[in-house]
Amino acid sequence: MPAVELVGITKRFGDVVANDGIDLSIETGEIHAVVGENGAGKSTLMSVMYGVHQPDAGHVLRDGVRLRMRSPADAIAAGLGMVHQRLRLFPGLTVAENVVIGAEPTRRGVLDTAAASREVERLGELYGLRADPAARVGTLPVGVRQRVEILRALYRRARVLILDEPTAVLTPGEAARLFEVLRGVTGEGVSVVLVTHKLGEVLAASNRVTVLRGGRVTGRFATAETTAQELVVAMIGRSLAPRPLAPPGERAAGPYLLEVENVRVRGGEGPARVGGVSFGVRRGEIVGIAGVAGSGQRELLDVVTGLRTPDEGRVLLAGAPVRRGRDPRVAYVPEDRPGRATAPTMSLADNLLMGGQRERRFSRAAVRERARALVERFGVRAASLDEPISVLSGGNAQKAVLARELSGDRPLVVVEEPTQGVDVGAQEQIHALLAQARDEGRAVLLQSSELSELRALADRILVMFEGAIVAELSAEEAGEDRLGAAMTGAAG
Amino acid sequence: MNVVDLALVSATLTASAPVVFAALGGLLCQTAGVFNMALEGQLLWGAFSGVLFSHLTGSAWLGVVGAVVTTAVYALALSVPAVAFRADPVVVAVGVNLLALGLTAFLMRVLLGAGGVYTSPDLPGLPTFAKLGLDVPVLGPQSPLVPLAPLLVAVTAWWLARTRSGLRLRGVGGHPEAALSLGLGADRYRHVAVLGAGALCGLGGAQLALGNVTLFSEGMSAGRGWVAVVAVMLGGAWPWPVLAACLLFGAAEAFGFRLQGLGLPQQAADAAPYVITLLALVVAAATRGRRRLLEAS
Repeated sequence: MPAVELVGITKRFGDVVANDGIDLSIETGEIHAVVGENGAGKSTLMSVMYGVHQPDAGHVLRDGVRLRMRSPADAIAAGLGMVHQRLRLFPGLTVAENVVIGAEPTRRGVLDTAAASREVERLGELYGLRADPAARVGTLPVGVRQRVEILRALYRRARVLILDEPTAVLTPGEAARLFEVLRGVTGEGVSVVLVTHKLGEVLAASNRVTVLRGGRVTGRFATAETTAQELVVAMIGRSLAPRPLAPPGERAAGPYLLEVENVRVRGGEGPARVGGVSFGVRRGEIVGIAGVAGSGQRELLDVVTGLRTPDEGRVLLAGAPVRRGRDPRVAYVPEDRPGRATAPTMSLADNLLMGGQRERRFSRAAVRERARALVERFGVRAASLDEPISVLSGGNAQKAVLARELSGDRPLVVVEEPTQGVDVGAQEQIHALLAQARDEGRAVLLQSSELSELRALADRILVMFEGAIVAELSAEEAGEDRLGAAMTGAAG
Repeated sequence: MNVVDLALVSATLTASAPVVFAALGGLLCQTAGVFNMALEGQLLWGAFSGVLFSHLTGSAWLGVVGAVVTTAVYALALSVPAVAFRADPVVVAVGVNLLALGLTAFLMRVLLGAGGVYTSPDLPGLPTFAKLGLDVPVLGPQSPLVPLAPLLVAVTAWWLARTRSGLRLRGVGGHPEAALSLGLGADRYRHVAVLGAGALCGLGGAQLALGNVTLFSEGMSAGRGWVAVVAVMLGGAWPWPVLAACLLFGAAEAFGFRLQGLGLPQQAADAAPYVITLLALVVAAATRGRRRLLEAS
């Protein structure tokens, strides 16, 4: 008998059918991957399983018994536990408090802190999830925080763990440890539902895979008997074109277009965010920047784009300093799409114009004409030029940003997390656009937390750790193990 | 005349007691994730209702009970819109404060038949320890509510740290979404925190109007509720630092009063506590960094 069974789940939001008659069964002690593009209905399905949403049709069985689910409390009572992508922890509370809150051990009405700490240590021992019970969660690295959330679910006697994109925030090393933990947990008879879009993880860690597309199940596979290719076809309904990227073999030569000299950025308090970084980027090459989030990449790129003035050092573009504010020679695709890259409530046409609004040649009609041309050239799928850009999917919004930034002939292209929140199909197109920018002879600086993306695109990869560049690897040298080691500060 | 002595300590406790009660209420709300800026109005209502019920019943203690109960009820004016209907608590608080100002002035004329200031030899005030026949050092000329204020701070500190409901209150305020995913709804805790703050402001107001003095005058809270709001921010909503901030304010008021006796103009003495509060804010901002202060707010 399956540990959990979803039967004919249908969930609508207004006119949108997020889940359309989905069946899913999770066996005891298996790691079951649920994959699909953004908008395929994975999150909705998990919310239904965890009692956050009530389905319009269908029901959930736990050990063959039909559950009445009105809220997550019912799911918890039935032995389900969820580890959210954005962790649901209390930063001001300790590890032990975070684990026990909602089901606290007490002695004569008073919190039994000692018992809580013992319980955290016992569970940590049992499942290989070490965490200091007295540490404040806000001070812990994200990998440890995730362990705390898993501990919380196990403390509440979860027999089915649902993990939503658990590796999105982890380094490769932390991710590898997580999968070790998950295998240990399943050994104790706990089932794991792994929601992800990273096919490498699916193939490496899961026992079975269910693929969703457009709210329906489009494939069920035993992991051992499937391939990445087969999964991709089920996910996007066609196979990906072979990579259109020029091999990075023909190494660019010549002087640096971008020269970063001994740049130092001090934070408000604590050590410098960026401590004396120097590097250069030539025309016709893509230089990748890797590093665990918060290693100084953001600050460094803010300096390169002219958004931030360094405390020391300078940045030269074709021999002249970058202009403060926004240098017209820099194409910039920021990570924060709604905050920095677009004005979410303004129309697609206006967003495509931004930066060029002072140019006299743009009459109202010319703006629309240009927008139409860009949408066509860059393959942005939108119902109308006049709808707010926020209604576009992540992939289409990102293509619109790229269209705006790459449409001129700006020699330097700075890109942060270009495929975050972007579906697989659009990822492919975005990568092609970046490779094209390089082949046109532009200098491209690419910051990404997706190592596979860096390895596929970059000619060289600079690894940042605690504000410094600790390694520079060529495309051939940059295996995940070497990158991962450098990202955690171990000499590569 | 000695400028600093035990009498000054005593005066500091008197001056700070109403602020401590109000700040403790603000602290509870802050911990539960509701920014309570309506302390000033509730303190004023507490002062008025304390005098009213003392006048009506002839007992200062029943006046205190009346203040506690009616101010908690008055706090519904904040908790219902801000918690149940998700209105901006700052906007609601402005209304609650202005309403208290008008309502107390109006009801004073209607129910107490006085304009501006109401006082009467028949109005019972809170007894002092001395009057109760208890020989307590320093606290002799104080009402029993004065030592109750720091005592409640201690109880609150223990309760937040060491009880199930205290832990949950901290969780609900820190990350309501996370609390909900554990089956803990934030609203219940927030309502209780706001109404509890009302009750505490009732205590503070009663001490102000029946303990510190025995009268009610229009707008007599005179900014103490605002100082309490500042104390909560300065203390980062931690009980002991918040108490320290309140005592600093009380000391400034008592000291200013003392200096007035030495010839300082009254206006300067009256302004002293607020100047000190402002300075404390600046110093805190400079030492802790702007970000920390904003986080605390």
